[in-house]
Amino acid sequence: MPEPVLLVDGLQVEFRTEDGTVKAVDGVSYALDRGEVLAILGESGSGKTVHARAIMRILDSPPAFITGGTARLGDLELLSIDEADMRVIRGARVAMLFQDPHTALDPVFTVGDQMVELLRARRDLSTREARVEAIDLLERVGIPSARSRMRAYPHQLSGGIAQRVMVAMAVALGPDVLLADEPTSSLDVTVQAQVLELLAALVAETQMAMVLITHNLAVAVGLARRIAVMYAGRIVEIGPARDIYTNPKHPYTAALLRSIPDIEVREERLPAIMGSPPNLLRPPSGCAFHPRCPLADDRCRVEAPTLDEVVPGRASACFHADKVQR
Amino acid sequence: MSDAEVILRADDVVKHFPIKDKLFGNSGVIHAVDGVSLDLHEGEVVGVVGESGCGKSTLANMLMLLDAPTSGRILFRGKDIATFSDDETRTYRREVQMVFQDTFGSLDPRMPISDALTEPFSVHRDVLPKEHWNDRVRELLALVGLDPDHANRYPHQFSGGQRQRICIARALALGPKVLVCDEPVSALDVSVQAQVVNLLKDLRDEFGLSYVFVAHDLSVVRQIADRVAVMYLGQIVEMGDESDVLLHPSHPYTQALISALPTPDSEGRMVGERIVLTGELPSPSDPPSGCRFRTRCWMAQPRCASEEPALIDRGTGRPVACHFVDPASAAS
Repeated sequence: MPEPVLLVDGLQVEFRTEDGTVKAVDGVSYALDRGEVLAILGESGSGKTVHARAIMRILDSPPAFITGGTARLGDLELLSIDEADMRVIRGARVAMLFQDPHTALDPVFTVGDQMVELLRARRDLSTREARVEAIDLLERVGIPSARSRMRAYPHQLSGGIAQRVMVAMAVALGPDVLLADEPTSSLDVTVQAQVLELLAALVAETQMAMVLITHNLAVAVGLARRIAVMYAGRIVEIGPARDIYTNPKHPYTAALLRSIPDIEVREERLPAIMGSPPNLLRPPSGCAFHPRCPLADDRCRVEAPTLDEVVPGRASACFHADKVQR
Repeated sequence: MSDAEVILRADDVVKHFPIKDKLFGNSGVIHAVDGVSLDLHEGEVVGVVGESGCGKSTLANMLMLLDAPTSGRILFRGKDIATFSDDETRTYRREVQMVFQDTFGSLDPRMPISDALTEPFSVHRDVLPKEHWNDRVRELLALVGLDPDHANRYPHQFSGGQRQRICIARALALGPKVLVCDEPVSALDVSVQAQVVNLLKDLRDEFGLSYVFVAHDLSVVRQIADRVAVMYLGQIVEMGDESDVLLHPSHPYTQALISALPTPDSEGRMVGERIVLTGELPSPSDPPSGCRFRTRCWMAQPRCASEEPALIDRGTGRPVACHFVDPASAAS
């Protein structure tokens, strides 16, 4: 077995608010291999983004606090490292790609300025060398007439091109791990397809590992080898993407799969998941999904199931994993 | 649908926004909507789909009297809404209501939702005497599947899906005939999105409502629309019954939109030849000559640059704005 490039173990993040404490991430663990794409699938409030910001150490604290767990990147322990050391690691070893490229780019500097600044700050390059490198990076991410785009301000770029610039900046220092947080969710579908193809090509070419955070199951199945499904701060199911899609082992995954509208099929009534996502200020007792679960029984209401292996390579946090049907 | 009366009609509607650059004195126009004609029949749901910048929201705003067309007419029950008297405008505003994407932006955070729901009655004084307002609020909440006892709560105490239900309840308060829904479920999680789509279907059946359903998600539109209009750069490029357009698209842009949807098959494999469009959406201030889609179209010929394809039936039984429609593509 090759050594995993990123090993997250028991990660916990709390938000301490006036109204009480919220366990936004409650014991997330996974291992990521070189060149692997792991999708973290979840709905709003599931903790998928908070978990990535914790690994990047860019949580707003307060109100957010990392209260437990480890995130090992090679020989580094990311959660306890000094901020000064973390600054060197961010971008160079682990980088993040955000949903909205236009808020991630600085509006008052040109694309070229921002790329040259990044390259000069982090690598010992002259301005001239950094410019050449920046143009090369923009070409690698498929930006047409890269040289002239260097002079563009962010507002002059379409969403798709702006996100390509963000991809170029995220991979500029050759990180081992890219945390991509809903990288295509703000883009139109035709452009979304282009950016997804670009990310897949970069992973294949550089063998970096990618955590793809998404609410879109089809995007996850299309790009990831494995999927981890999050609900209420926990991973409730993890396994090979195709197996999760064809044969879910957690009732939440199954319900999610059924509720996705299919363009091929017009349904009289869409099979919705009943109820609302949990309010994490007052999380349900036992299994967090039990109030919405068709399989819930008395045990589920008092005892929280752990994430246990159900078949080799697959784990589910459900007492009734064997009864789940797609 | 053709038997039902047309309740709302857009007739060759154009909306140009002038751009003025004070510093350099440049000027031009954004062609947001460029000659759109659309009929909405009673009890019908028309889906308007397209990507950002295609003009679908501008069209919705014009239907809501939030923007005036540069040219063309919008007819409600056969009468041009631009010629309405004040009284007629008030009636129109009662009968045509809007549901927005952003539920936080649509509800005042400092107002309990009972106030949001009674506001329509305080604007349209003649609809309901004040002593009945509270009962009506409870009725409306029950209608959209919320607990009537929660009327005094504030917007932040509800989830996104519940807030959208509140916005729908408010839109229904005055007993409208038409709802213009602008991306009503795209901010919601899928599990909740399905609930709201089901609710909109139920309400349509119960009250015989008509919807203009503006959305970018074709799979959602498939679930609710009777007919679909596909927009690109301010124009409709294809229009027809939902199953014809979404299952057997004729226009290359519609084909690309549908093929770009990532869809795994039952084995979890990604299926179909994906058409990945090259290039970017051209600027609506300087749309391409001839066919507006030609700069990204893999079938484009010299003729496409010189001759604008009209939106007419080209042998597929529905209007398509492309010179090279293959009637066989629509065979089902």
